[in-house]
Amino acid sequence: MAIKIKNKHFKWSHKHLLGLRELSAEEITYILDTARGFEQISTRSVKKAPPLRGKVVVNLFFEDSTRTRTSFALAANRLSADVIEFTKKDSSVSKGETLLDTARNLEAMGIDIVVIRHGAGGAAKLLSKNINACVVNAGDGFCEHPTQGLLDVYTIRKIKGTLEGLKIAIVGDIAHSRVARSDMWAMTKLGAEVIFVGPPTLIPAQVKKLPVSVSYSLDEVIEKVDVINMLRIQFERLGGNPFPSIREYSHYFGLTVERMKRAKPDILVMHPGPINRGLEMESEVADGQHSVILEQVTNGLAVRMAVLFLVNQASAQEAAKT
Amino acid sequence: MKVILNSKQIDEILTDLTGRIISEIPPGVDIVVIGIRSRGEVLAQRMSSRLSKKSGKDVPCGTLDITLYRDDLNSPQGDTQPQVRTTEIGFDIDDKIIILVDDVLHTGRSARAAMDALIDLGRPKAIKLAVLVERAGREFPIQADYTGYEADAAPEQLVQVFLTESDDKEEVVIE
Repeated sequence: MAIKIKNKHFKWSHKHLLGLRELSAEEITYILDTARGFEQISTRSVKKAPPLRGKVVVNLFFEDSTRTRTSFALAANRLSADVIEFTKKDSSVSKGETLLDTARNLEAMGIDIVVIRHGAGGAAKLLSKNINACVVNAGDGFCEHPTQGLLDVYTIRKIKGTLEGLKIAIVGDIAHSRVARSDMWAMTKLGAEVIFVGPPTLIPAQVKKLPVSVSYSLDEVIEKVDVINMLRIQFERLGGNPFPSIREYSHYFGLTVERMKRAKPDILVMHPGPINRGLEMESEVADGQHSVILEQVTNGLAVRMAVLFLVNQASAQEAAKT
Repeated sequence: MKVILNSKQIDEILTDLTGRIISEIPPGVDIVVIGIRSRGEVLAQRMSSRLSKKSGKDVPCGTLDITLYRDDLNSPQGDTQPQVRTTEIGFDIDDKIIILVDDVLHTGRSARAAMDALIDLGRPKAIKLAVLVERAGREFPIQADYTGYEADAAPEQLVQVFLTESDDKEEVVIE
């Protein structure tokens, strides 16, 4: 059996992970390959390894999150970092402190990595330009949620072997979805074809400039796709009346048992969570044989460990040079 | 560049190493072979099949990636970047004698990292270090239990092992 020593000379050079749009296919693949090495940490008796020992990771979340925040905290813990949780409700942010002041104060205490989620697009980038610590974007406005994009392609690649040539539908509220954007960048860079599916009111106006096709009918695409990613209807972000009623939305864009009968036999059903059961998809589909929703969560941990490890490596290398 | 071992000599050394391991380990004790990526992995595979043949029972083989346990992650040496790969050990290491295999024993830092990585996986009965080549330059109090060949290399020289499975040629050189 030949043992390949592959891309030996590749070097990860980003001390921040702000989005997938600016990464190359090679860089994305490198993160995915690195994540494979982190998967087994979670399956053994000592669920910890030492690479971030003595480092401090701050979870700076200005928006609610359960899954992503917990996943980052656990990822940091498994790499032996110390984790500080910092949420909007119980911090000075509620007293009117600005993002940069908050971050600079945290940095003055000697933190190494900031994981930030913020309602404003570009918040992570702004932060990265103003502090020395590594910055990892955990979701900024409607722009990007890079680790979700990475864990989605990681999950697909693990099962299908490659993204090359796959047809992937992303269904629902595309306009308000940073997941859709990060997914789109990662999936298309790795060679998949992405179709945005939803009512015209939930498809962003500038979609023509993006490397995707659009369909306003789930029934038209259900038979063609290898992967279907059902987005959550984000009631907290929806203004106005983008669709007449929940029942009508569900009728046209919900993933039902009936619709699944027409899908490819090896289709993968994904959802970034949390699911509105009965709205985006029926419970039988969410818990059915095609669903990889819980695998996504498990893989998210390995991907986030890889990201924290890599940004810290780039930072250590930068420090060694100066 | 000087070739210090050719493929025939490497083969003889592996025969000798596995013979010594069999003769020294009491019968009835389970042994497993674990190689440190990347060259140690190849050597471990060869040793495990020889040990299985000689002892008449299956000697399982695993691969250990020590990147996460390296001591230079936060103080990088030189311009290379360590790459994390998978650890593949599909068996329980509790109460086993582990033959830990690497290509070259030099500073002892890899062996230290490997031992830390192994005890996060369980509690082996013993860990024995087997290396194809050993050279001077230890920085940690570590020595091999089974050494194939002692190379006489100056501190600035590099000892490199090439194996067919990973490098398409088979030799050990000093440069």
